[in-house]
Amino acid sequence: MGNFREWAMHFFMLDEGPLIWTSDVLIILATIGIIAVLSYFKLWKWLWDNWLTTVDHKKIGIMYLIAAILMLFRGGTDGLLLRAQLAWPNMHFLNADHYDQIFTTHGTIMILFMAMPAIIGFFNVAVPLQIGCRDVAFPYLNAISFWLFFAAAMLFNLSFVVGGSPDGGWTSYTPYVENAFDPGPGENYFLVALQITGIGTIATGVNFLVTILRMRAPGMTLMRMPMFTWSVFITSIIIVFAFPVLTVALALLLIDRDFGSHFFTVSAGGMPMQYVNLFWIWGHPEVYIVILPAFGIFSEVFSTFSRKRLFGYSAMVVSMVAIAILSFVVWVHHFFTMGAGPGVNSFFGVSTMAIAIPTGVKVFNWLFTMHKGRLEYTSAMLWAVGFIPNFLIGGLTGVMLAVPPADYQYHNSYFLVSHFHYVLIGGTVFGVFAALYYWWPKMFGVLLNERLGKWHFWLFMIGFNICFFPMYFLGFMGMTRRVYTYPAGYGWGVINLIETFGAVLMGIGFLVFAFNILWSARYGERDTTGDPWDARTLEWATTSPAPTYNFARIPEIKGRDAWWIMKKNGESINGPKDIPFEPIHMPNDSGRPIIMSLFFFIAGAGFVFEWWILAIIGLAGVLVTMALRSFEYDDHHYIPVEEIEKTEAAAGRL
Amino acid sequence: METNHKFHQETGFPWKHIWGLIASLVLTAIAFWLALATHQPPALVITVIVILGVGQLLVQLYMFMHFTESDDKAWQVPTIYFAIFIAFTVVAGSIWIMSFKALVA
Repeated sequence: MGNFREWAMHFFMLDEGPLIWTSDVLIILATIGIIAVLSYFKLWKWLWDNWLTTVDHKKIGIMYLIAAILMLFRGGTDGLLLRAQLAWPNMHFLNADHYDQIFTTHGTIMILFMAMPAIIGFFNVAVPLQIGCRDVAFPYLNAISFWLFFAAAMLFNLSFVVGGSPDGGWTSYTPYVENAFDPGPGENYFLVALQITGIGTIATGVNFLVTILRMRAPGMTLMRMPMFTWSVFITSIIIVFAFPVLTVALALLLIDRDFGSHFFTVSAGGMPMQYVNLFWIWGHPEVYIVILPAFGIFSEVFSTFSRKRLFGYSAMVVSMVAIAILSFVVWVHHFFTMGAGPGVNSFFGVSTMAIAIPTGVKVFNWLFTMHKGRLEYTSAMLWAVGFIPNFLIGGLTGVMLAVPPADYQYHNSYFLVSHFHYVLIGGTVFGVFAALYYWWPKMFGVLLNERLGKWHFWLFMIGFNICFFPMYFLGFMGMTRRVYTYPAGYGWGVINLIETFGAVLMGIGFLVFAFNILWSARYGERDTTGDPWDARTLEWATTSPAPTYNFARIPEIKGRDAWWIMKKNGESINGPKDIPFEPIHMPNDSGRPIIMSLFFFIAGAGFVFEWWILAIIGLAGVLVTMALRSFEYDDHHYIPVEEIEKTEAAAGRL
Repeated sequence: METNHKFHQETGFPWKHIWGLIASLVLTAIAFWLALATHQPPALVITVIVILGVGQLLVQLYMFMHFTESDDKAWQVPTIYFAIFIAFTVVAGSIWIMSFKALVA
């Protein structure tokens, strides 16, 4: 009994102090709260029928975004804890172990469980509408992708209170993360959660690749697609080619940890640096996976709010293709200091600098799109305009880091930390916020409040610069990343305190955004037109939110900015009135994706704790749910004409 | 589920997939057996595993991924060229990058 008590204390981390106890209490209260609200208002069936079993790309997109915003909160809280610890020399707010765990979960959650679902959420929300089709190519697979991501995110977050978080950094470098140095379930959480969400991401890549190639409305040639759809197309290609490398790297490391092989151990002839090499073969394309869709979002926002067509459309496409190819030949710049030799480092230094060229082309095209436009500074446009100088700072410091001899000075210093926060926040996070303000009416039929939106932008943008700009100087002053505290004599204290103040400002900005969501849901302006911004692309042609079938009739596309052309010609999206509608063929909802991902979760827990019976039960469940799908023949239905007419009449579109 | 999108209802028993499954399992089993149960020189083992890997790739492409089928435009052709480029970059690049080990070990 004493043994069990000791094991449970350790397993549930009750010996780790008040941070964990507080989290336990908050998690239990939140869970009870959710269950109580759902039961009191009798919402369980509504939740299951409308959301948990849906295969509708619009609802899946919304679920991705809700999850991403929650994860932004989790990752942001991690960030604030780190900033609190670093605010002053010799602080002991967090101990070294906890600090390591928190910077690891901060990075992993922000990249894999915040940035990825946010951009994939917008794939789902916008792409099928932009190309004029009724759902993605594989709607059922799309639901599986989402639920795999969700199961992985929950598994990863569980590590905070059960068994301990990973502490090897978001890159999880060997040899430190091998069993000999880093025993316990923490690192397994990282490997298994990323593996599960990776399966979902590869499926998403395939799904959108096929959707964009095969399901465009008639007349929508590739060179007539909206720029966001182009960016998703290129991103999907990168996903399909980059993610399998991560799968291999994680699998080999998990085999090392769970089954005692020696792929990356120094003993028995393994090569620790090979893990680093494999990780960045995926890792560098990954940063383009999260930035290219943001580029696409900014292209839409700039042209909509400048009242002009996008400047240099073909140059934009060519530069994205160039970035996609170059993204696969630059990965060594993450580990120049490994010492692979001057030949290797020079090649990868030059290829890295080359990426600045297509990126610069894009920046100039955005500026020329705004040139002589009728600019309208809505919240979405503010994020887009703010993106250019902030991303430029991140990009230029990236070129500085690409010079191998100079990189030996900056490597793993706060200069680097600042660089990647400038490109990831200034690029991806600004893009996600721009898209949230831009597409919010399309998703929910209600506009976010502009006044609160502007407060959100300015607080976050100013806080961001106060937090991260001084880090460049801290880097030059010798502060390295991942130190949990520092002595007083180095003169880093005041700068760190200023940065922490900036981080708090960003947190307040986020709270304003959260308040904006709640306020707008109740009092926000309703979008009855379907086109609140007088925009150009096809998603604004249908109602807000779009009906299940998106378009009552698939539109005929006559050029770029399809909806703008229709508006100019005075055409209706539903076509001439005298042609009757036809029944619309749609996929059936299914509860199997969420059940399958539950089995993935069980199997994942088995691999994390090396409880093989649990792993076998989980994997068997996955196989059974897959097999059941193979024998499902009744997987679609038709929406009858009367129902289409009723829906369209209710929207005033007949 | 789209107007410009035909249904492919497969008829007959999926022999192609069964043979593909068996072939991929056998190729995997040979690789495992070679690495774990025999004592051949590493260079030989690695060479054979690379050949088996290419075989596995062909099985996947032809048996499972409908590589030879297409309705109108054969999108898989440019994709496979890009795949070859990526595979070459990753494999040759890694060998080049990791060759420093010979100098320091």
